[in-house]
Amino acid sequence: MTTDFIHPGFVLIFGALLLPFIMGPLRKPYLILMPIVAFACVLNMQDGTYGVVHFMDWQLTFGRVDALSQVFGYIMTLMCIIGSMYGLHVKDPKEHMAAWMYVGGSLGVIYCADYITLFIFWELMAFSSVFLVWFRKRKESLPTGFRYLLVHTAGGLILLAGFVLRYKATGALDFNLLDVDHPTLYTYLIMVGFILNAAVPPFHAWLPDAYGEATVSGAVFMCAFTTKTAVYALARGLAGLDILILLGVIMALYGVVYAVLENDSRRLLAYHIISQVGYMVAGVGIGTQMAINGACAHAFAHILYKGLLFMGCGSVLYMTGKSKFSELGGLYKKMPWAFVFTLIGGLSISAFPLFSGFVSKSMIVYAGFEEHLYWAAFLLTLASAGTFLHTGLKVPYFIWFGKNNCSKETWEKAADPPWNMNVAMAVASFLCIFIGSYTPYLYKMLPYQHEAADYALHVYSSYHVSESLQILLFTALGFFLLIKKLAPEPTISIDMDWFYRKGGRGFFWLARKPIQTFDTWFGEVYRTVGLHPLMTTAKFWSWFDWHGIDGVVDGLARLVRNVGTKLRSVQNGRLQYNIYYAVSIVAVLIVAYVFG
Amino acid sequence: MLVNLIDYLRDRLKTVIRLCFVVLGLLVIYDVSFVDKHSAHTMVEKIPGWWSFFGFVACVLIIILSKWYGHVKWFGSNFRIMSPEDYYDN
Repeated sequence: MTTDFIHPGFVLIFGALLLPFIMGPLRKPYLILMPIVAFACVLNMQDGTYGVVHFMDWQLTFGRVDALSQVFGYIMTLMCIIGSMYGLHVKDPKEHMAAWMYVGGSLGVIYCADYITLFIFWELMAFSSVFLVWFRKRKESLPTGFRYLLVHTAGGLILLAGFVLRYKATGALDFNLLDVDHPTLYTYLIMVGFILNAAVPPFHAWLPDAYGEATVSGAVFMCAFTTKTAVYALARGLAGLDILILLGVIMALYGVVYAVLENDSRRLLAYHIISQVGYMVAGVGIGTQMAINGACAHAFAHILYKGLLFMGCGSVLYMTGKSKFSELGGLYKKMPWAFVFTLIGGLSISAFPLFSGFVSKSMIVYAGFEEHLYWAAFLLTLASAGTFLHTGLKVPYFIWFGKNNCSKETWEKAADPPWNMNVAMAVASFLCIFIGSYTPYLYKMLPYQHEAADYALHVYSSYHVSESLQILLFTALGFFLLIKKLAPEPTISIDMDWFYRKGGRGFFWLARKPIQTFDTWFGEVYRTVGLHPLMTTAKFWSWFDWHGIDGVVDGLARLVRNVGTKLRSVQNGRLQYNIYYAVSIVAVLIVAYVFG
Repeated sequence: MLVNLIDYLRDRLKTVIRLCFVVLGLLVIYDVSFVDKHSAHTMVEKIPGWWSFFGFVACVLIIILSKWYGHVKWFGSNFRIMSPEDYYDN
């Protein structure tokens, strides 16, 4: 690697490995310094190809720098600075390590140019981010983390199958735009691998499940990286694939519907990630230069305002221990600044003029209208009314105003969060407003400059401002007229995870009932038929051993014991080992089949 | 300071609500009289106050349809999308 290119992902990964050794007063400066170094690496890069490594027959490329990778690299490292600042008070270095490894994985995907490198970093993301769920250390955290890992492992294997089939068919491993006009089986397999990480229904339930359960600062990282890295991968590999338009529109609406039903503030925000990523997926599906610009711009804006919203609701959870609307309310007197920051996030996601969503989301809708995809453009506009309804109105209203459902203990604990959380939220708030008010900052980074300049003339036209204000303010009118219908209900919403949560139980029942019955029966038969002769034989061998060749037999016994120990460690039934072995075996089989 | 401002507005809630209605009215008047609709993509957008109507109807539809989806008994059983919090513990 040359001095023009220092991989920001490796900076964070090495930074994470060194972190436990940086102790005492150096820890906090280090936690801010390393993400800044990674950000500086991104700023310092020049377009080109770097970090090419030959491994066996393949050429692995770690550093493809162009406009598309740069806009994502920029925002990912910037968010890493903000997220690390937000989590500065967290004493456990393991949580920071997991977060940085996770960001490192995301940056690895963004800058790579072949599927093998992509796959390695793709898996690194899943296997490091799961710790951000486990470190919550609640009873539910462990099973939630395993579900998250299981889904992502399955998605990773589908992706692996996709690019290995492509390699078999074409001999190519490069990560570039696929032939989307003539999609084949491998195109769809790669697509499924990507859209699972983008949380496209029906592969989305992992997202609210895990993000609602993650640690306070872990969720701030998680909400930014997995889905947006997947959007990058889709924009790079599958831009213009028609089916993505339909899937994107479904996502945008699906997230809105579930957000109405949701009682937990962070799960509501998680459902709104699905809705917002729907715009990006639809943009990638439209595939024109304007639409790809829109998808990138929206990903950029989304990472900041969604991070801000998770920080706002996270600070309520951090201070009060509660995140459900049915246990909160009326907190403006206790946490006024958290309210203001969350409101700024809410206005940004809702695309209010002068806030970031206004200059990014509309670009995708505009591209839809330009391509005469009226149904998609109108449905996406409908979803944006839903966005304001929940994130702009429901979240602030039912936490900071509305009926006070706080217990005495919750009320006493509530206060504005520590300074580092406030600083992180203030920085994100500033950026949300800055992006919305000064369009060249974001538009100059977009991959297609001509289209961006074109749209810059349109974005603050009287028609667009009037259209947005009417939709948003009349949505607000509807909200306040129907506010009683939206009162929080202490329920959970059944989603697609039902199939593997209840399905898993079906498997356990199968294991418990028929298989265990057979096992018991077999045990009985073995005791009667097998054990008695075995005991007799054992007695004979004992005598034989005692009376002569115990040296030989001892040697054999030691061997048997060693093999037994090895076997026991394979069969100890622990889920993580089973997942690990299953994944390794399947991966090896696929690779052996294709390359063999 | 911030809390005082919010309390000040809450104490005058009726005035605030009236002001909001005035803003809504002005917005529609602005749309009807001043906005250049050349950049509208479809005919329907040229209906006066179209996006106000769209925003309000969208909001009402989203709330009513989503709540129906969450509360209705599916497949004639007691299964609802909005289930008790201990649903997966049983």
